[in-house]
Order: sequence, then C-alpha cells, then structure tokens
Amino acid sequence: MKKGLTALSLALITAGAISTTSVQAATTLVYCSEGSPEGFNASLYTSGTTFDASSKNMFNRLLEFKLGTTETEPGLAENYDVSSDGLEYTFHLRKGVKFHSTKDFKPTRDFNADDVIFSFDRQGNKNNPYHMVSGGSYEYYTAMGMDTLVKEIVKIDDYTVKFVLNQPEAPFVANMAMDFASIFSKEQADALMKAGTPEKLDSDPVGTGPFQKVQYRKDSLIRYTAFEDYWKGKAKIDRLVFSITPDASVRYAKLKAGECDVMPYPNPADLKQMAADPNINLLSQEGLNVGYLAFNTQKKPFDDVRVRQALSLATDKSAIIDTVFQGAGKEAKNPIPPTMWSYNNDVVDYPYDPVKAKKLLAEAGYPDGFTTNIWAMPVQRPYNPNARRMAEVMQEDWSKIGVKAEIVSYEWGEYLDRSKKGEHDTVLLGWTGDNGDPDNFLYVLLGCEGLGGSNRAQWCNEEFNNLLLGAKLTADKAERTKLYEESQVVFKREAPWITIAHSVVYEPIRKEVKGYKVDPLGGHFFYNVSK
Amino acid sequence: MFQFIFRRLSLVIPTFIGITLLTFTLIRLIPGDPIDVMAGERGVSPERHAELSAQLGFDKPLYIQYFRYVTGVLQGDLGNSLVTKESVMSEFLTLFPATIELATCAALFAILIGLPAGILAAVKRGTVIDHSVMTFSLTGYSMPIFWWALLLMLVFSVNLGWTPVSGRIDVTYWIEDVTGFMLIDTFLSDEEGAFTSAVSHLILPSIVLGTIPMAVIARMTRSSMLEVLNEDYIRTARAKGIAPWRVIVIHALRNALIPVITVIGLQVGILLSGAILTETVFAWPGVGKWLIESIGRRDYPVVQGGILIVACIIIFVNLLVDITYGIINPRIRHSR
Repeated sequence: MKKGLTALSLALITAGAISTTSVQAATTLVYCSEGSPEGFNASLYTSGTTFDASSKNMFNRLLEFKLGTTETEPGLAENYDVSSDGLEYTFHLRKGVKFHSTKDFKPTRDFNADDVIFSFDRQGNKNNPYHMVSGGSYEYYTAMGMDTLVKEIVKIDDYTVKFVLNQPEAPFVANMAMDFASIFSKEQADALMKAGTPEKLDSDPVGTGPFQKVQYRKDSLIRYTAFEDYWKGKAKIDRLVFSITPDASVRYAKLKAGECDVMPYPNPADLKQMAADPNINLLSQEGLNVGYLAFNTQKKPFDDVRVRQALSLATDKSAIIDTVFQGAGKEAKNPIPPTMWSYNNDVVDYPYDPVKAKKLLAEAGYPDGFTTNIWAMPVQRPYNPNARRMAEVMQEDWSKIGVKAEIVSYEWGEYLDRSKKGEHDTVLLGWTGDNGDPDNFLYVLLGCEGLGGSNRAQWCNEEFNNLLLGAKLTADKAERTKLYEESQVVFKREAPWITIAHSVVYEPIRKEVKGYKVDPLGGHFFYNVSK
Repeated sequence: MFQFIFRRLSLVIPTFIGITLLTFTLIRLIPGDPIDVMAGERGVSPERHAELSAQLGFDKPLYIQYFRYVTGVLQGDLGNSLVTKESVMSEFLTLFPATIELATCAALFAILIGLPAGILAAVKRGTVIDHSVMTFSLTGYSMPIFWWALLLMLVFSVNLGWTPVSGRIDVTYWIEDVTGFMLIDTFLSDEEGAFTSAVSHLILPSIVLGTIPMAVIARMTRSSMLEVLNEDYIRTARAKGIAPWRVIVIHALRNALIPVITVIGLQVGILLSGAILTETVFAWPGVGKWLIESIGRRDYPVVQGGILIVACIIIFVNLLVDITYGIINPRIRHSR
C-alpha cells in the first residue's frame, strides 16, 4: 500500500514532466499482431511473433530475402565470394550504415565488421561474455547446425569478414538471411556490459533496420518510429504500432472498424466475408509449409512399401482440402511447397483409388486390412488447421479398404516427444520453412540424421539420403536443383509420408494500405508500406 | 478488533505453504516438458535437452527444486520466466494495474446496477418489476462470456461505432507509463482526448466482466432483503410510521448487506485474479491471460509465482471482507 502511495505521489510530481507528442500529422500504420514477443533478440527465440516484432522490422542481416520470394539479396553485405573448395565465404560490408539510438545509448560509429563478428560470436562461442546472458540458448543457431559448421569468423578489415566452414554446406548462404543472423551493435553491447546491465541488449537493442522501437507494453502494444537515417532511405510511414490482439475474430472486428490496417492469421470461416468487403483487400499466397501424415516405417505393417502406397491411394485429399482447410489449402504431392526452387512438378501423385489400394493391400498380405492408429495434433497450425477433423476424414477413407484406425492425441509437448521416439503408427504433423532452402525441408524431415528426432517417419533410405548429401556439398544451384528433383521422385515412390496439403496464407489489409506484400517465409514487413 | 485481525492473519501461513506446494506439484503433473514445448516441431537433441535442463535446474530432484523455490519466495524472489527471462514480479507488476483497473470498473458496474436492482425486486416482490429483474439476472448469470463480448463488440463497436473494439487506448495517443493505470496516466498527460479514449475503451470490457457478478449480487440482495423485510422489527418500524424509504435503506438494507458483502468479496477476488476470457477478447493486458499462456508454455516460475501472488490478493480481499463484517455488524466482531 505504501509503495502504491509513493508511486502515486511520484506520478503526481512527474505529471508536468510527461512528454507527449502531437501525432495528428504523422502517418501511423497499425498492425494487429497475434501475441506478445518473447523478447527483442531474435537469436534467442524461434517464434514468428518475436521475429515480426524484432528482426523483421528493426534489424538487418548480411543477406536479406527478396521480399515476396525465398531468394536472397544483398543486405548489410554488398556482395560475397565463395572459395573454390566451398569452405570460405567472404562478405564485403556496406559502408555508412547507421544504428538506431535509445534513451541510454547513442552510437558514435557506423556499422562495421566488429558488429558482425560480435553477433555470431555471442551465439557460437561459449567464452563470449554475452553467451550466457538471457539463458545462453540460441535454438536456431544450433538447429541450423551453425555450431558445428562454422570453424572461425575472421575480420580481414573493418569492412570485410570471412566465415570459414568445417565442410562445404551450400544452404549456409540462406542461413545468413535468417532472423538469428540479425546484426547487433557491438558498441551498445560493450556499453551495457560496462554499465552492468547486459540483459538490456535483449530487451532494448538498437538495430540498423527501418524502424526503431520506442515503447513496449506487454500484451498491449509496441510502438516504433521510422528510422530517419535508414540506409535504404526512411520508410514511407512515420509510425508503426503493433496492437497485440490474440483473438482472430477480434482482429477482424478491429480491421472492419478501422482500428487496424493489417492483420495476420484470419479465421478460415471469415475469408468469404473479407473477400466481399469493399474496405478490405484480401491478399493471399501459398505458404512455405507442408502438412503430412508420416508412417512409422520401422513398425509393421508400414515397413512394407506396398502398405504405405495403398494407404496413400486410399486417402481422398480433395475432401480434406474442402472440409479441413475450407479451401484455404492446396493438395501437396511433394514434401516441399511449389514456391520453393527445385520443386519437381513432374512427380505424379497417388490418385484417390480405393480399388487399387485394396488390391495392393492384399498383395502385401492384408486382404482384410488391419488395425492401426492416427495421431492427431492437439494444436492448430497453418499447415493443419484442424488435425482431429483431418484424422476423422482419413479414418473414414481407410475404413473403406478395411483398415481400422483409432485416433490418438496427446498434449502438444507430449505429442512431439512421443512421436520423436516413434511410439506412433502414423502421425499427423507438418513443417514451416525457415530459410527457403530445400535442404531445410528434405534433409531435416527425411534425412537419416533425423531418425529419433524430426524424421517422424523414422525413414532412412540410402538412395534418397545420398542425393541430399550430394546437394549439400556443391554450391552450384543448377546441380543442386537436379539432385533435389531426383530425390522427390524417390520420395514419392517410397511413400514414407502422405503429403497432404500446403496451406494458403491469407492476409487481409485495409484498402488504403499500399505496397504491402505477403512474405512466403511467414514474416510481416512494413518498410515498403504506405497509407 | 486487532486481535480479530491477528487471528485471521495467523491462518494465512498454512494457506501460503499449501499454495506453494500445490502450484509447484500441479504444474509439474501436467504432461509436457517446458523445453520440448519451447522447441516445437523443430525439436532439440537429447544432449541439448540435458544441457538446458541442467541450466534451468530441472535435473535436480523435485524436493531440492521445491526447496530452492520456497527459499527464493521467502527472500522475495519469484524467479524469472523461462520464456521472456524477465523476473516474474516485474512482469506481474506491469500487468496488474490493467487488471485492477478493469476489475474495479467491472465491480462498480456490478454493484451500482446489481444492488439497486435487487432491492427494487425485493420491495416490489411478485410484480412485473421483480420478474423482469430476476429474468435479466438469470440471463446475465448464464451468459457465455465469449459470445456476449463478441456480440456487444459487433453491435456497439463495429456496427454503431460507439465504442472502440479492443485495447486500452487509441493507438494514436502515445502515453508514457507512469503508474500503469491508464485512467490516471491519461488524466495526468496533457494530450487532449486521451482520458476520454481510455474511458471509452473500458466500457465494454467492464460491462462484459461485470455481467455475472451483477447478476449474482442482484439475486443475493433480493433474497437477503426479502428475508429481512419479513422480520418483526420491520413491521414494527413500519407501524411506527417511519417513511418507507427509511425503513428499506436504514433498517432493512444494513442487515441484509452481510451476505451480499460476502458475495461481493468473493466476486472481487475472482475479478482481481484476472478475467481470462474478457482479457483475451478485448486484448486487455492483464494477469489472467498471462497466467493461462504460461500454463500452455509450461513456464513453471510464472505459473508458480503468478498464482501465489493472486492467491495472496484473494486472501487479502477476504480478510478485508471479514473486517467489513465486523464494522457493519458488531455481533460478529465480538462473538469470535
């Protein structure tokens, strides 16, 4: 109580000193985000919500994804060279790039090689004084294999940095454009360390990006202003506000009432009405994701390829697209989405053919079918908006060829853990791409290294795996494309998964918003937007 | 009186121990490991998993973890969130003003409407007024909050445009955080219209959150008043020719209030512990939503710490209620 009184009197004393700015003239764009960010240092987290609030709009990377594609373009590095053995990547940095400033920190120098080295060294080097700050867990850095891949990072001069790798790894380039590779200011880090508050680097960092953070109120809003000295030129809007609104129907109500300009993740049921609204532009793009059912290929009867093919034939995907995705999805035939390079359009999918399925099943020694289970995820994901419903449709389909499937579900953490260990017969799951590289789907989800982990089919096929390993070693994109295309043929023949759908991402925006583009990698960028 | 308060306070200690033990064990009984939940589809290798659990102290036996937790609490340290790495106390303090603000307005709404409606229904027993008050309160009591909120929002915010849809203030006002209470902060700021904006943002959430307590209070007041109005002394008072309103307000209401205050106290406790649905629908940054999200993420320190603070608040409110009884009815004070 006493504390409360002090706070109140303090408030009264400081009342005169409150600085508020008039905002009528400034253009403000309101983005109704779906949740609070976990923090403002993207290298510590893995959720898109955090990336939108931090890395996407406040930071830059050496390379960036060209907006609207999965290809990379120069960012803070103007260009890079690769040595002939594929082990050394030399980045030539951009000059004259400025960092933001905060209340406590004003940068005295431009961005340079020290910032690059600091940003990566913090994550990879256990002896870096910042490594253990905020928990010392850099999930994406580790997940993308950077800890074992990067041998050393060398500063050649103030504007040249060389990454030396342990083995040639072509997907490395795409990693450099990922959120965890955002560049921090070493100068700010040093100043905060000196002040004894290093953790502030993760809650109140400066970046080089188009917007700088002004205020964050947990679960309420985040305010940014356009950075005047942004190296690409100041953004077209003056202010950006993330109005945190967790419920999708409420986001839609706010959009209708003009309280938001852009909203992510609409309810599929609202799409029709949104498309008909003259004040709303409904943007859409195929997402960089895949929803699948993985057979546990190490368990009977799924060790037999004929059984896997039979169930693939017995599943009516178009019914799933209609009932589960309500049209907001596309049938998938490959494990990678069509927006990704090396997608093999010549692969022929298993058609819906229960008669042929029954025949194949009989050949495999199961003329009367068998009993099994389908694991259905307890959570909603873009690649699978309603796993329970999806499992029911499949259960019905499979029963027509005599396969009796029981639907099983666990709490999410438990579900992930048990399916990793291979306790399932068949499991519904999916994946959203991280860096636009096919390796990030194929090798992560189906490579032999993922057994007992992200390879839920517990499937290790030598032919397939060798193709993927070959594609990691060469930096030649045409060669890599060929290898990935081939691997998709092997995949379809062996049928370790039923590839179900790629979701379509919808983003409704107000009519007056111009220049907004849907990012296939799932981010939300506001630099090019005007109102 | 002090002895009475002291006696009530001594009961708090076992309650406190019980709460720490319960939250600590219950959150751990829910299947799902915080590290797996954090990693999602991507997963972590067993080595990394072991490293992380050692770092977070989850590798130690449960009794040691519990001991560490309680020692921390006794020193005023509730630990840090596993997700945001912020201290639980500071997260709570940034969110709690929003909860108090909403709870207070909802409680005011509930009491200002519920109490008079209940009295009116009792006095006009059996008439159309009584029946309509009871029908309304029954409807209010059984209203699904989520639906009610969306309905009001669609009608008043989207179609009529009278109130804002959600949030605490219009995003064009940039208000500095001084107390965390939006009404006070906007009142202190020199931005024109900010205070009105903050008030208008409070209307719908307060109505939605206050609907059930209002119904409960109205029903309780009615039945309690009816009981008192049948007492002999009321008849005597009336026979003495005292003005009817004096009989109702001064003679009857004071005695009828005891059970009503119990109910109000319970309701306020519930309101202060955070209104999960209302906070979610109106994007209100309060503690209820924070706790629910933390349970989903298996953020053990937040769940333990948050529930502990909320429990303390409820205990405190109940204590206040007990003291209020004492003030209103001296018999209670002396008999204990």
